[in-house]
Amino acid sequence: MDQAADKALEGRNRPRNPGVRLDPSWFESVGVNTSAVERRAATLTTRRSVKKEYQAAWLVKALTCIDLTTLAGDDTPERVRRLCAKARRPLSDDLLAALGLEDAPPTVAAVCVYPTMVPPAVRALEGSGIPVASVATGFPAGLMPLRLRLEEIRWAAGEGAAEIDIVITRAHVLGRDWTALYDEIAAMREACGRAHLKTILGTGDLKTLRNVYAASLVAMQAGADFIKTSTGKEDVNATLPVSLVMARALRDYRERAGVDIGFKPAGGLRAAKDALAWLILMREELGLPWMQPELFRIGASGLLTDIERQLDHYATGRYSAAHRHAMA
Amino acid sequence: MALVKDILRTMDYGPSPESSDHVRAWLGRHEDGFGHFIAGRFGEPGGLFDVFDPATGERIARASRGAPAEVDAAVAAAREAAPKWAALSGHERARFLYALARHVQKRERFLAVLETIDAGKPIRESRDVDVPLVARHFYHHAGWASLIESAFPDTRAAGVCGQILPWNSPLLMLAWKVAPALAAGCTVVLKPAEYTPLTALAFAEICVEAGLPAGVVNIVTGDGDTGAALVAHDGVDAIAFTGSTAAGRAIRKATAGTGKTLTLDLGGKSPFVVFDDADLDSAVEGVVDAMGCDQGHVSRLLAAEGIADALHAKLRARMANLRVGDPLDKSTDLGAIVAPDLLDRIERLMRAGAEEGLDIWRAGDSVPARGWFYPPTLVTGVAPASLLMREEIFGPVLVTTTFRTPDEAIALANNTRAGLAASIWTENAGRAFEVAARLEAGVVWINSVNLFDAASSFGGWRESGFGREGGKEGLFAYRVTDAPSGKPYPAKAPALAALPGTLPAGEGAAGIDRTAKLFVGGRQARPDSGASYGVLDPQGREVGLAASGSRKDIRNAVEAAAKAAAWASATAHNRAQVLYYVAENLSARAEEFAARLTAMTGASAGAAAAEVDASIRRIFFYAGFADKLDGAVPATRAKCLTLAVNEPWGVMGIVCPDEAPLLGFVSLVMPAIAMGNCIVAVPSARHPLGATDFYSVLDTSDVPAGAVNIVTGEANGLALTLAEHDGVDAVWYVGGAAGAAKVEAASAGNLKATWTQTTQVDWPRAEGREFLRRATRVKAIWTPYGE
Repeated sequence: MDQAADKALEGRNRPRNPGVRLDPSWFESVGVNTSAVERRAATLTTRRSVKKEYQAAWLVKALTCIDLTTLAGDDTPERVRRLCAKARRPLSDDLLAALGLEDAPPTVAAVCVYPTMVPPAVRALEGSGIPVASVATGFPAGLMPLRLRLEEIRWAAGEGAAEIDIVITRAHVLGRDWTALYDEIAAMREACGRAHLKTILGTGDLKTLRNVYAASLVAMQAGADFIKTSTGKEDVNATLPVSLVMARALRDYRERAGVDIGFKPAGGLRAAKDALAWLILMREELGLPWMQPELFRIGASGLLTDIERQLDHYATGRYSAAHRHAMA
Repeated sequence: MALVKDILRTMDYGPSPESSDHVRAWLGRHEDGFGHFIAGRFGEPGGLFDVFDPATGERIARASRGAPAEVDAAVAAAREAAPKWAALSGHERARFLYALARHVQKRERFLAVLETIDAGKPIRESRDVDVPLVARHFYHHAGWASLIESAFPDTRAAGVCGQILPWNSPLLMLAWKVAPALAAGCTVVLKPAEYTPLTALAFAEICVEAGLPAGVVNIVTGDGDTGAALVAHDGVDAIAFTGSTAAGRAIRKATAGTGKTLTLDLGGKSPFVVFDDADLDSAVEGVVDAMGCDQGHVSRLLAAEGIADALHAKLRARMANLRVGDPLDKSTDLGAIVAPDLLDRIERLMRAGAEEGLDIWRAGDSVPARGWFYPPTLVTGVAPASLLMREEIFGPVLVTTTFRTPDEAIALANNTRAGLAASIWTENAGRAFEVAARLEAGVVWINSVNLFDAASSFGGWRESGFGREGGKEGLFAYRVTDAPSGKPYPAKAPALAALPGTLPAGEGAAGIDRTAKLFVGGRQARPDSGASYGVLDPQGREVGLAASGSRKDIRNAVEAAAKAAAWASATAHNRAQVLYYVAENLSARAEEFAARLTAMTGASAGAAAAEVDASIRRIFFYAGFADKLDGAVPATRAKCLTLAVNEPWGVMGIVCPDEAPLLGFVSLVMPAIAMGNCIVAVPSARHPLGATDFYSVLDTSDVPAGAVNIVTGEANGLALTLAEHDGVDAVWYVGGAAGAAKVEAASAGNLKATWTQTTQVDWPRAEGREFLRRATRVKAIWTPYGE
């Protein structure tokens, strides 16, 4: 691992979650009422409003929490290089000036790619302090032999990925085989070495909010540093109700284990107002620390452009167009 | 202006005030004060009182204090408009209600902002909850206007309705009252609360905009005296009141004997029950919702011992996060307390709590210095005996206690004089419905709280009032069946012949000497007085003796009835079987009963036989209905099972008139017990023997002990005892007007429901759904669902 990644580990991430013994009583006794969760999620954004310079600041904050992502079959090193350039310099000088952020121009939180794209990403981000995150473990379905999935993690980490986004075997949740789920994630954590482990639950496949809650707790007990909603490839990706349940799981884990775990919604967050909604959720349910990239990431690609457009509107008072902003 | 880079550190929400310019401009236009809205126009302001913005304490308007003359004028206008309005077709009235709904929607932001400024409630609530529900209420009732004739056959509009609003959710309460009244064909004189008259006055302008005929809606502003003048006004046919229990009690007394239809929606101390398997985080959100909404609707938290500490910890964390302040700010959770004396009241109660040594926790102390605010407050470990557990606090104050078992939770929840609403949190559906069924509350929310919809009726039980608002049930108060043409019952019942040895024997007295005793708890009981009175035939000859029942006998009978409550949980089929059995046994003894009627009343053999036969038919009728008074599943929200369940009152007192001594008794008692009530019946005082013979029929028909109790004696005296008895949940009284007035006035004690009839009933035709409806009360149960 090069020095940049080292620095990234220190700067962006907290100490690793040591995990605890598997203890299903942490989640089996907890009720999750879907309808009530939906009602809370529906009014989260109607109870809070962020306007004007506050909205601009919140959008900048959202930007700094983005894991700028490309996970497509046609990804090439060149494409990844372009993405990294955008990651380094997401906002134009005009916008930075209007926001008064020339002295500390924000960058995105990380760049998230497939394993084979890690080397070009690491090269492109050298010196930027921006970590590279790699998906691994047979993303997105995760249905490869465990040995190969662990090998994939080790390979990506070895190539300089500072964060590994793994997918869980959804079957373990659907079959309530908590031991298998725990052991799998614990092994993956081990394979990560110094890299941080982000655990994708595939909530769209888990279907029920109780499953989401249980899977969240098992992942944290097994040592996940982040829990993440989705691969972006399921039918349903990050939703506010699912995120609310995961946020409550984070709170409960913190209370029991004394460790702060990060949260990453991914998939479906395309509009600036989505970013605000999730930041409101973080602020209301978890507080200020979960509004920082150390504990909050948004997995997205198109979101950045919409944030730029909204910031442009703040800066100029005119509604902006996508082509006016540098593409990734 | 704050700098982006600074905000990035604090991540504050920043201010986001809703614009109130249009409302300020409107208030500016009425700077000289608001007059009353009578007969389609605003009168000259006079006798002005100040209206305040509770968030600043500043005067924002002045409204007129309605004197009796103005109430007179408003009632006269409503009277004048009433016949024409009632004569419109349902469709024509529907168009007006539809127009009102549309106009409310067109002015939604204005109304929301005005409500927020006047009542201090957060703009989010006025904007997202109240005003949409107001529009929904008018739309829903536009529908009822079209359907009223088919849905309520053989009824007519009640006439002029006096409606009195509270200060919490003033506009929504206006819609709850005005929409059904107009749909039913009634005209309205409305008095908004003194603290919050403004949205009602804005609504008056909407009535003009919508082209509502003059006089259909009239608005008189003022204080309690104005309301009292409206209640007392002879020209008013029906009163609907939402407000304090004390005021409700006064209104009950004031309207006693006037024949006015009365609906009371009074105070509550609603339990919020959290079981150990509940989604605690969601329950906490429910508490927060309840705290914001209506300030005090839900104020007693009952938590299972095992999770109480965890729940309290979550609550404190959540309450610390609530934003108290400018109600116009879109990020405000808790607004202002509507008036300084209400704030004083909260502070006084909290001081009393502190003196009791209660653990009072306040979320921070960051309430604005200006205006009338109180911080969210949690008081834990509050015993049922504590003042804070019994008094309605009307503020963001939650008092909590713990329970060990579901049974104890129910007992604690029901340990209150009120019965407005309840909220139950559990992930176990069986437990949820068990508890919902056993709670004494007019509305039960399962894993939710404060869900409202025009299609589902709202209304309290016990001392939280009677009558429903919303849904089909809510329309009954505004539609009346035409008064029967019978003569009024005599004001004074003839004195009973209590002196021994003064009476000649009549024809029925042959055989072994029998004295009819009382029938209490399934057994014949001697009267506490140790006295009997002679039952006379029309010639004044004694045909037997009946027991002179007294207060203590009523007390014993009510106790027996309360003990027989299992009757209510018998299956309806089971109750039907018992009623059929009663009919069967009466039929077997038909001749004996007919002879007794003839002996007592002098009725011809044919007439007596006909009365017995009609009684048998009537019992069959209610046996048939026992399992058929279905509740309803109103169409409210998506993914929400909402039930309107018909439940028995519990203990009913039934006072029968003198005529048709058997059929009258059967006609009143049978629907009551068919629905599961346990009753204390006072049969005809002059001709009690039909009823006292009847107890051997009950006895042999598997009617459980205590389900029907019969106390003979001087009917009006016994009626008064029943009406005063706090353990009696409803009283039916058929008899003289003076007796009815006394019953109604006495019922104010525990605000039991009464049904009085002061003109002679056409007994052969006196059967039907209305009897069953009057023998039941509605409980709305809301169950939102989702996997």
